[in-house]
Amino acid sequence: MKAKVLVIACGAIARELVRISKLNQWEHVRFQCLPPELHNTPDRIPGAVRDMIEATASDYEKVFVAYADCGTGGQLDKVLEEYGIERIPGAHCYEFYAGSDRFHDLADDEPGSFYLTDFLVRHFERLVIKGLGIDRLPHLIPVYFCNYKRMVYLAQTDSGKLQAMARKQAEFLQLEYCYRFYGDEPLSQTLNPFLER
Amino acid sequence: MTDQYEDKEIILSDLPDDELIDQMHDDLYDGMAKEIAEGTQILLDRGWSAQQVLTEALVGGMAVVGIDFRDGVLFVPEVLMAANAMKAGMAILKPMLSEAGSKPVGKMVIGTVKGDIHDIGKNLVGMMMEGAGFEVIDLGINIDADTYIEAIEEHQANILGMSALLTTTMPYMKVVIDRMVEKGIRDKYKVLVGGAPLNEEFGQAVGADAYCRDAATAVDAAKELLAAAS
Repeated sequence: MKAKVLVIACGAIARELVRISKLNQWEHVRFQCLPPELHNTPDRIPGAVRDMIEATASDYEKVFVAYADCGTGGQLDKVLEEYGIERIPGAHCYEFYAGSDRFHDLADDEPGSFYLTDFLVRHFERLVIKGLGIDRLPHLIPVYFCNYKRMVYLAQTDSGKLQAMARKQAEFLQLEYCYRFYGDEPLSQTLNPFLER
Repeated sequence: MTDQYEDKEIILSDLPDDELIDQMHDDLYDGMAKEIAEGTQILLDRGWSAQQVLTEALVGGMAVVGIDFRDGVLFVPEVLMAANAMKAGMAILKPMLSEAGSKPVGKMVIGTVKGDIHDIGKNLVGMMMEGAGFEVIDLGINIDADTYIEAIEEHQANILGMSALLTTTMPYMKVVIDRMVEKGIRDKYKVLVGGAPLNEEFGQAVGADAYCRDAATAVDAAKELLAAAS
């Protein structure tokens, strides 16, 4: 018998998906994650998602993709259209973590906002420092960040430890630190219509 | 006994012209700004024109960087270092190129669109366009339609270049182009668009003359469009 729903997701949101799934008792949902490093090379996301669909979709009644556009400029949507598969609406995980209205308010308030999530705070060294080559070439920090004014930590969990880490990361990048805790609610609300039984 | 593979310091001034150019291409590739500045000065001291140094040593070297970036051999950090090295050479050449008074190949106004603060790609395009002989007026970041249009009219540019890195800001390019159409000035300018989330289809959909996937493509597109128009 086919399992019900497969969610192909960015590995960066895996923890949140598992939490939300448990909370909503989505026993009919299975998750398959792609490497979070694709965050830094969004042109590779559509191909990676396609490969995963091809490899796994036939085992499920329905497939859903837990990515936003994520910098693919509509190319992910083109792949999903071929298979009739839906994804999380919005431009980026920052948008679905904050909720669309709040995200647009943050961006309008300060276009020079650099966003971090729980995952990015935890893996800042790997994805931001090494991902941007700043470990090898620290004098690129002003090249990458000179136009940013603040770092916005969009928190999924209310963790003093992560807040302390994020504050240090903002200091390292010489950006003003801004904290917003929205929890799992915005993402849970977004996923419900697509994944409820 | 010395190791035959032991690194020997290269004395740039000891190299004949052709070897110096090759070495400068390597140094550019490796992002060695000080060595590029030194090599630039050596060639000038040997009687090379600023234009010749720019074209053969700097633009020629960046062409290799561009190819390897396109092929996934080099990544953004290395390209930024190479661009920094090229800037070091251009800083020496620019005053001399201005003094020589040679007419620019064309004039480009460039900026990152409203709501977007990313400028790495834009800066690379600007630098390569200058290297190719264009005058570049860089408006900076977060640029609205009125500012773009005032600038292209004030400077009597041939080309408008717009950059965006965000899926949420790239649609603004259509706002700018539609405004140009409303004002009846669209046909006076060539419009190039670029940025990571863009593609050919998007460029056509917003009414641009060309979508440019990288700085080298922008230079080629600019030259081709101006040649076709003349």
